[in-house]
Amino acid sequence: MTMPDSAEGKAHPGAIHCWLPGDAFAVRATLAQLLPRLAELIPCEDDLGAAEIVLAEVLNNIVEHAYRGRRGDIEVDLTITPEGVRFVVTDSGDPFPDRRLPSGRLVAGRLTDSLPEGGFGWHLIRNLSRELHYERNRGQNRLSFLLPADQSRKRGEIGRS
Amino acid sequence: MNLAVEWQGRTMIVRVEETRIDAAVAILFKDAMREMVAMPSDRIILDLSRVAFLDSSGLGAVVAVMKLMDAGRPLEIAGLTPTVEKVFRLTRMDRVFTIHPTAGAGDDDAR
Repeated sequence: MTMPDSAEGKAHPGAIHCWLPGDAFAVRATLAQLLPRLAELIPCEDDLGAAEIVLAEVLNNIVEHAYRGRRGDIEVDLTITPEGVRFVVTDSGDPFPDRRLPSGRLVAGRLTDSLPEGGFGWHLIRNLSRELHYERNRGQNRLSFLLPADQSRKRGEIGRS
Repeated sequence: MNLAVEWQGRTMIVRVEETRIDAAVAILFKDAMREMVAMPSDRIILDLSRVAFLDSSGLGAVVAVMKLMDAGRPLEIAGLTPTVEKVFRLTRMDRVFTIHPTAGAGDDDAR
């Protein structure tokens, strides 16, 4: 693989750029459009499933917590690198509390009323992505992450030991 | 939200006839399941074999449905497709719910 790692930002045959309004149905439609294109870049079904989960969680999180019912756009940029598919997702909604990403730690729950109905999203994002990075700049949230796409890998889990 | 209901004795099997339970439909799913829970049964098996994708909102809705059930009346899950299975496993909900490979006849446990 000789694809230059420094191609970020440049026009690139493997780069995809899209934007969508911040609502749950637009997220669904965007995933339906992106998935066949991602399938060409991510050969392993397991990796592709992970990519769909992470993207859905990241985009729906923006709809629910950054825009909270307000109108706003979400921009998705992806570039192909030797390590996988690098995503940059930008929105103009509210920043994360304390300008930090949620830990995604699961609250230990048993089969009781204390079992959480939420908080699963960041746990999934953190488990299935790599190089997760958040910046707040000029009223914009910018989240970047890498979804591994090992061309030789047939099965197994991402980012797990 | 399309749900198909089938009975095996006093076990109600609810098959979700949708390919996705995501943020766009999680509330609809929860509301439709509320009606299922309101019908008398000894237990409910939620058949997810047609569901290719479930996100954290969908998972939260499944947990919420379980909380609607009375004590001693379980909500069990059947037919996890690969990506849905991954979500259950990574969030450790596979340890909270009883999960059957299939909900169909021939599964002695689902009778």
